[in-house]
Amino acid sequence: MFSVAQAEAWVRSTAAVIEEHAAALTKLDSAIGDGDHGTNMNRGFKAAVQRLDGLEGDQDFGSVFKAIGMALIGKVGGASGPLYGSLFLGMGKELGDASEVEDERLAAALRAGYDSVVARGKAQLEDKTMLDAWHPALEALDAALAEGRELGPALDEAAAAAEAGMKATIPMIARKGRASYLGERSRDHQDPGATSTHLILRTLADVVNGR
Amino acid sequence: MKKLINSVDDFVKESLEGMQKAHGDLLDVNYDPFVVFRTDAPVQGKVGVISGGGSGHEPMHGGFVGKGMLDAACPGEVFTSPTPDQMEWATRKVDGGAGVLHIVKNYSGDIMNFEMAADLGKDAGIEVESVVVDDDVAVKDSLYTQGRRGVGGTVLMEKIVGAKAEEGADLASVAGLARDVNANVRSMGLALTSCTVPAAGSPTFELGDDEVEIGIGIHGEPGRERIKMEGADQLTDRLTRPVIEDLGLNSGDQVLVFVNSMGGTPLAELYVIYRRVVQLLDEGGVQVARHLVGPLITSLEMQGASVTILRLDDEKTRLWDAPVHTPALRWGV
Repeated sequence: MFSVAQAEAWVRSTAAVIEEHAAALTKLDSAIGDGDHGTNMNRGFKAAVQRLDGLEGDQDFGSVFKAIGMALIGKVGGASGPLYGSLFLGMGKELGDASEVEDERLAAALRAGYDSVVARGKAQLEDKTMLDAWHPALEALDAALAEGRELGPALDEAAAAAEAGMKATIPMIARKGRASYLGERSRDHQDPGATSTHLILRTLADVVNGR
Repeated sequence: MKKLINSVDDFVKESLEGMQKAHGDLLDVNYDPFVVFRTDAPVQGKVGVISGGGSGHEPMHGGFVGKGMLDAACPGEVFTSPTPDQMEWATRKVDGGAGVLHIVKNYSGDIMNFEMAADLGKDAGIEVESVVVDDDVAVKDSLYTQGRRGVGGTVLMEKIVGAKAEEGADLASVAGLARDVNANVRSMGLALTSCTVPAAGSPTFELGDDEVEIGIGIHGEPGRERIKMEGADQLTDRLTRPVIEDLGLNSGDQVLVFVNSMGGTPLAELYVIYRRVVQLLDEGGVQVARHLVGPLITSLEMQGASVTILRLDDEKTRLWDAPVHTPALRWGV
């Protein structure tokens, strides 16, 4: 089972993890983008936490994820704002007024969020974007749950797949976003969006596993 | 990093505060969310023209707000696209009942944020059209890239389209003209030094003392190639020839030449470049009918320059000459 309290804990922990890795994300972005991914994500997740602090009373997934999504859209800027914002808005729409859901419903919500990201960014797999971390992670999560794994271990497998997907972006040539201007020169660099996606999914696994 | 800023977090806000104090006769500033807008907005019956983008390119876009150009500008953080709430606020603010045109530079972040804003504006019952500027010939336009970047052509588009809107043209005509300008303008730039984004604190890229980045983007994105330093004329040729070729200029064409500083290159050097561009065009029988020389679309303190050429026709020339009254461009008033 996955609860709204866990969702909030996930976002609060993510804010701390992003702050810790902000400089590293920015460094990756300086190599092939415009050098602001860490700064922007840090600003956005701080705003998301503030938005959570402002919510009163019992909350459902729909309202919590919408608040987070709107905070990210309003504060991150760049391409990451609309993309990560769309992710949380998509998850919120999928789960609606529920406040606790079965494991498979969380997986379905992540899938719905992913579909929103695809619709907004119009990237394809192997374009060297965050999709290259999201896609294998969601496949791994579905497979692990189908095999009867508990949510915690299943999310660990998803995070591991996200990490592998993130590393797989290194030899790719970027075809979306500012990195695409570099053509061949975008090779041998890890995609910053895939990297922040791995951090977000790893944090979800940590929260659910009580780490 | 040595910069005249008080704090990284307050930089954009304090810069806007100064702009508001300096140009309060032309524009006003909303701080939550950040929007620079004409003091007389909305102008009833006129198509509203708004643009936006990351800060750090001043005077673009806020410096182009005023009569005959933009109705509003949405400044993002430095080199970061603005967010949909800014464009939505601006769209509502400038809508005088004739609809609103969004001028968007072709960067993935700008495109996505403006798309979300256009959806919000349409939800509010406002007619919104979007036009994308992609004039940078340094980037190959193909299915496998984001496509060409929006650079110097943006300034010319905002002036010409702003004049058209000021005349009372409808939204479809204003948007059509914007697309026509985009089809007839090309640019290319170079960098002699990097710039430093305040939040990053160190130079965006490394460039040797004797090196030049040809085809630089306005956010310090690398360009086509990195070469050893050459003379001003040779470097100007490297920028101008691809622009002329991509535009397919012919003898007898009339053009507007825009030589721009990336922020750190002085006007005196821009004139050296301008002189050479005119020589090249003269050789091909192309007539330089209008010009613009100065730092108008910058990359913080980067040393470098860009060359933009716009193919003119009678309407574009007339609209270029039309009165404009903004902090950065002012004539005919």
